[in-house]
Amino acid sequence: MKITLVVNREEREAAVHGPESLLFVLRERLGLLGAKDACLQGECGSCTVLLDGEAVCSCLVMAGDAAGSEVLTVEGLGTEDELHPVQAAFVEHGAVQCGFCTPGFLISTAHLLGHNPTPTTDEIREALAGNICRCTGYGAVLRAVESLAGERRS
Amino acid sequence: MSTTTRTRVKGGIGESVTRPDGVPKVQGDFAYASDLQAEGMLWGATRRSPHPFARITAIDIAPALAIAGVFAVLTHDDVPGRPTVGQIKPDRPVLAGGEVRYWGQPIAITAAEDAETARRAAAAIVIEYELLEPLTDLVKAQEQGEVFRHVRSLRGEPDSHGEIVVEGYYEMGTQDQAALGTEAGIAFPDGEGGVDLFAPSQWIHEDHGQIVASLGLRDEQVRVHPAGVGGAFGSREDLSLQVHLCLLALYTGRPVRMVYDRQESFAGHVHRHAARMWYRHEADSQGNLIRVEAKLLLDGGAYTETSPAVIANAVYFSIGPYRCPNVVIDGYAVRTNNPPSGAMRGFGAVQTCFAYEAQMDRLAAEIGIDPLELRLRNALGPGDQLPTSGQVITEPLPTVEVINVLRALPAPDLDVIDDPLHLPGGTGLTTTREGVVRGVGYAVGLKNLAFAEAFDDYAEARVVLTPQGVEVHTAAIEVGQGMVTVLQQIARSVLGTEHVVVLFDDTSRIGSAGSTSASRQTQMAGGAVFAAASAVRRAALQRVGGDDMDAQGVRRGGSLVATVEDLCAAGPVEETVRFRHPDTEEPDENGQGNLHVDFSVAAHRAVVDVDPELGLVRVVSIDAAQEVGTVLNPQSVVGQIEGGTMQGLGLAIMEELIFDKGIVRNANFTDYLLPTFLDAPPIASIVIEEPGNWGPFGAKGFSELPAISSGPAVMAAIRAATNQPLTRMPVRPEDIALSDS
Repeated sequence: MKITLVVNREEREAAVHGPESLLFVLRERLGLLGAKDACLQGECGSCTVLLDGEAVCSCLVMAGDAAGSEVLTVEGLGTEDELHPVQAAFVEHGAVQCGFCTPGFLISTAHLLGHNPTPTTDEIREALAGNICRCTGYGAVLRAVESLAGERRS
Repeated sequence: MSTTTRTRVKGGIGESVTRPDGVPKVQGDFAYASDLQAEGMLWGATRRSPHPFARITAIDIAPALAIAGVFAVLTHDDVPGRPTVGQIKPDRPVLAGGEVRYWGQPIAITAAEDAETARRAAAAIVIEYELLEPLTDLVKAQEQGEVFRHVRSLRGEPDSHGEIVVEGYYEMGTQDQAALGTEAGIAFPDGEGGVDLFAPSQWIHEDHGQIVASLGLRDEQVRVHPAGVGGAFGSREDLSLQVHLCLLALYTGRPVRMVYDRQESFAGHVHRHAARMWYRHEADSQGNLIRVEAKLLLDGGAYTETSPAVIANAVYFSIGPYRCPNVVIDGYAVRTNNPPSGAMRGFGAVQTCFAYEAQMDRLAAEIGIDPLELRLRNALGPGDQLPTSGQVITEPLPTVEVINVLRALPAPDLDVIDDPLHLPGGTGLTTTREGVVRGVGYAVGLKNLAFAEAFDDYAEARVVLTPQGVEVHTAAIEVGQGMVTVLQQIARSVLGTEHVVVLFDDTSRIGSAGSTSASRQTQMAGGAVFAAASAVRRAALQRVGGDDMDAQGVRRGGSLVATVEDLCAAGPVEETVRFRHPDTEEPDENGQGNLHVDFSVAAHRAVVDVDPELGLVRVVSIDAAQEVGTVLNPQSVVGQIEGGTMQGLGLAIMEELIFDKGIVRNANFTDYLLPTFLDAPPIASIVIEEPGNWGPFGAKGFSELPAISSGPAVMAAIRAATNQPLTRMPVRPEDIALSDS
């Protein structure tokens, strides 16, 4: 079947076969390779996107169910000329090593700060507990997010 | 080093320069191996053994070939060259023929027009097996002579004895690297019988040699390209899908892509060796080690892989950073029908650190002194002999200092907070504050840097000065650790210009950089870049008679005598250097000799809260003190310490690949648990900078050390909290809750 959805503020049409996931359709049909495919069972968060404003594991969403929805992937977070503040903070604070978890973390962080601009340390840790990072030990990620929470506080 | 003046340059060594690949990675533009695709490509899939040990009596590929859209179904009969792969001893079949020796072993590969069809074709192959009894017990394997390598360290008087004796038996489970990027890649036939491969690696030239042998091609017919790596930690050292992709591409004449899912990834790469270790420490009444005897068994799994090197490291680092005159250590890497083991961060030094640090704590308790005091009395430093190989330590090794700075850290002022997020069991609401007991533990770890035992260990780099800036060419692999930044910083500092790009070349364009492992690339690839950049600098100064250079050009007495454009009018200034570290020796029959070129030492202090009734643990804080040589990039150093520390924490309390008679029972992220943000305590990283003798600007490797002593420190803290011996890592809830002691 064909579905229509709004991806990164642009209306897109995609062919979907059977039970293909939203992640698969984003990556393989729409050429948006930013969302990653690390576990494919909703445990690691590397495929996180915003679906109608909610952070979801796109590997667990049937693409057919996303028809008519708005999707934001990491590619739509900033603009070509300017990084989103969350992207800039991750680079600056060394929160990116191999970077495979990074797109998911960025979306989850943007979602958190959108709802709670001044999260406490525990609120950050809880909100990002669904995103696994194997490289950083989370310290640099925490410093990156706290730098934004701090900026927003002041 | 040149004696001329050197201008400090922006983005040079010592700064927390941000990664050049950071922006593409946060934009989702960085191409990982699983992102690579091409017009007209086919998808590959792999059929694997469900049995840990069986004879293959029949393979029928006809049902797979009958499926529409299938272009290739290949078995062991289709491997034109050497039928096996392996770094040290090529004994693992590219595709299993006569028998399968481990669960998940590849038997056949398919290529089809889409991923689903390729998978269906792989599943449609009919394979008949005659099941055999798998050998999975390490002791039995050693008794039966199933040994990849036996390493013995015999030093001093084996019959000497100390008046205080502690004996212990320790076990470690199997840890997985769990890099988030799975094995993936794409191969392109070149139309002339050759192939270009893009796949994750830690050493593309080593891969190249193995691939060429199995394809039966000439060296120049295969080009292995670096591809974006989503983490490695040792898991990319041994081949996974590389030869399969090349076979399918050459057979079909089309690009072929493969992406392992997580379960297949667990089957597709080697794991950290499980271990069984028997120790006997003897000391005098003051706690000075007199003699250590140990027997180590590491589970090598079904094929050799890097087990011979891992068991050597386990033996040489079986006592830790402590002096001891009399040593009897026997280590065996044994062959079983468990999945193959190989490299993971720490490489043999992790297993033994758990055991020898537990022994040191028991010895301290037996003598009645503070465990850190015991360690300080025995601390190994420059001028001492490594207790196992007898070699004199000539490089910086501030064991005393790492212990002292950690001890001097203020005790964390951490009340047990009555918030489920801060209690063992977390938001499962299993634990109340009243039931929680707290413990503090320490551990110290030691490991070598770079390759040992007379291995011809080198790295090549090419540095080219052009009017547009400096190009650094290398085949060293950026796995996420930040080597790309450090190489850039080294070239900037040597050449006085910010305009440096690091380019990762394929195997046809530059010589080997050696492996991105053994904590070696900062010193090795970095050493090569330092040497090549220094040669470029000398040549540039010589061309126009200058004494310094910067982004503008070459200067004499401070005035510009030639711009970079002038300088390069006759062509770019280009130098290629093959850098080697100081020689090492092969061990004699007793494991003695100058086997290692360099060492690093680290220590951790862990504070834990434990619910002893449920056996649940929460790590409240874990702090690290580590010697790192000259710091080239402070942010990178802290990132490596924090990340390695968390992998050790995972190993201590949650990470274990469960083998049931050779079958992996938890090959997924639901059941193989990794530390999440909520498991991650604050980490203080104390860096001790003591310049090394042979790395660029005095830099040393260090990235494995944080993964060595962190787990043992957590285990020590849990022991302190529960007063139980806890001789198995990872510790399981039942080990704590159901303990008899």
